[in-house]
Amino acid sequence: MTKEAILGAIRRGLKRGPLPGDQAAMLHARMARPPRHLTPARSQVPRPDQIALLVRNIEKEFGTVSRVPGGDEVPEAVAEYLAGQNLPSNLVMAPHPELRALPWSARPLLVIREGRAEGTDLVSLQHGFAGIAETGTLMLPSAPERPTTLNLLADTAVVVLRASRVVGAYEDAWDLLRRERQDAVTGGFMPRNVMLVTGPSRSADIEQTLELGAHGPRRLHVVLIDDDPAARAA
Amino acid sequence: MLTTSPEFKANAHHALADAGLQKALAFSKPQFMARRTAAVANLPEFERLRDIGRDIKNHALANLDFYLETFEANVQRAGGRVHWCSTAEDARNAVLDICRNAGARTVTKGKSMISEELGINAHLEAHGIAPIETDLGEYIIQLRQETPSHIIAPAFHLNREDWEAQFRLSHTDLPADRVFAERRDILTEARTKLRQRFLAADVGITGANFLIAETGSSVIVTNEGNGDLTQTLPRVHIALASIEKVVPTLEDATSLLRILARSATGQDFSVYTTFSTGGRRPGDLDGPQEYHVVLVDAGRSAMMGTEFQEMLRCIRCAACMNHCPVYGAVGGHAYGWVYPGPMGSVLTPSLIGVDKAGHLPNASTFCGKCESVCPVKIPLPKMMRHWREREFERHLQPGGIRSNLALWAYFARRPALYRLVARAGAVALGLLGRRRGRFARLPLAGGWTEGRDLPAPEGDTFFARYAREQRAAP
Repeated sequence: MTKEAILGAIRRGLKRGPLPGDQAAMLHARMARPPRHLTPARSQVPRPDQIALLVRNIEKEFGTVSRVPGGDEVPEAVAEYLAGQNLPSNLVMAPHPELRALPWSARPLLVIREGRAEGTDLVSLQHGFAGIAETGTLMLPSAPERPTTLNLLADTAVVVLRASRVVGAYEDAWDLLRRERQDAVTGGFMPRNVMLVTGPSRSADIEQTLELGAHGPRRLHVVLIDDDPAARAA
Repeated sequence: MLTTSPEFKANAHHALADAGLQKALAFSKPQFMARRTAAVANLPEFERLRDIGRDIKNHALANLDFYLETFEANVQRAGGRVHWCSTAEDARNAVLDICRNAGARTVTKGKSMISEELGINAHLEAHGIAPIETDLGEYIIQLRQETPSHIIAPAFHLNREDWEAQFRLSHTDLPADRVFAERRDILTEARTKLRQRFLAADVGITGANFLIAETGSSVIVTNEGNGDLTQTLPRVHIALASIEKVVPTLEDATSLLRILARSATGQDFSVYTTFSTGGRRPGDLDGPQEYHVVLVDAGRSAMMGTEFQEMLRCIRCAACMNHCPVYGAVGGHAYGWVYPGPMGSVLTPSLIGVDKAGHLPNASTFCGKCESVCPVKIPLPKMMRHWREREFERHLQPGGIRSNLALWAYFARRPALYRLVARAGAVALGLLGRRRGRFARLPLAGGWTEGRDLPAPEGDTFFARYAREQRAAP
């Protein structure tokens, strides 16, 4: 059998048979409590600086951010952003309870459809699971209430993120996922898909020169809700 | 994939005379180096992260059988399937079977070097299935019926005018007199063309930068988003991966991701880093129904336990070729197979045989830059030297090289004689070249002096001068 042949060849190279039980147990233990390696000092800073670092890094990667004091101001911020970019006010929104709870009726001109994105959608509104300050990265795990196509198909991707969900390093975001999620199929924490998104789509394949707007969104806008008292700058 | 590695010398001559290629190399090469330097300067921990990256990959390789089996168990738990393939042919057939079972007519593809190595596209085409490359660089390579010349920038050898010409030739449904005022216009045209393809494809094939044993996930890293559209929209997702891609945990992959983009494009992080684990879950509104990992050996397991095992640490960032003076002079196609530059010069002989690829490890100045920028510290020059030794042992070089090496070895084993002869040569050349200070031509060194002058020695050897200065030192 092919599998046995490959494993046998590897073991011959390693000059041993299958791993003895005690060694396999050690490796299982390492996976059960994955050791963290070095995390760069740049993100291990006080909360207000962490949020500022996230914003700075998103903007460095050609994304944009608007900060609002609470959820009530999100519809206004979205409408203003779309108007400012001369974009249509039709959008497809993730069917996430936190997004549904926002006062969209205050902005009746926004036409909202809930669900996954189709090829014709111009604007999508996604729910941010976590923000990673280290590189201005959004963690977007797939779920019925957070479809993956919303990250990819629309020309303009808008993500609503709470400041209390901003962490320093990638490992902190994995910890959130490990702690908060349980997958119905595997019993583990990994959903079908986890996207780490850093800025809008781009390509440098033509003469190694950066151009924005390859196959994914041309614009990435983050509406950041300042819901974390510890994160507000003094 | 067919190889022209045995013709490296002719390929290199051809490349040096190719004005378009030389223009592209001169334009693009300094950018990669400058960007990496800036990214590294921006992360004080970078050097320590290289050691960590090396150690993680060494740990994974030392327990490769265990982690592959764990990976498979976790893929299965998530409803996916792993297809073990010993050879390229096994892998081609596994992919074809999955596509046939899905009733596929078109297949979209994310950029994957293992796919190039296996020759997936030709195999699918021969069986009536249309593969469509969706990475911008791979897309034009497919239109031009070429192979990639770089592992992360497939169209590294092309200039803007090549893109425009090819798009006019291939996209005949668009107005012939349209203007490409900016590079962006080229990109936009490709985006429009490929959008329809993404939506229509039955199967999406991607590569994998990492496999994660702990979770049974495959990871891809892209900037365009094409890989994500490829693996999200069709009903079936196939991830192609060679066996050495597996790492134990998300934390291990995360540490490697910190050094990957910085070493490759000089970005702090790529735009899309995506972890795929099985197929669509109950209630999900999108994503593939089926998830397959085609796990390929194709020569890797035979490298385990040899002096080339460390090569299996490679994370395919391309820093070695971006900094290589030889790659910079001849580009990627001259190397004649999938993997160019220093990593290719070590890997290609392992995978297709030193009898075919023996020129590649010789095509190095041993300047050591490749090893100094490698994010997982692979001793590339040392391994190229191992290949040179094997080539010599197997009598693969032409007689002239062997007899000259034998002559040199005779003297090298007799240091006193060596110094005497070297000194005599240095003195003689010094006298002969006293007037002009250099030689435009020398007997037995025609290949060297063809491209440059040999400076005349100043009449003494290094050893003599070193001894003199040691004596003079207090």
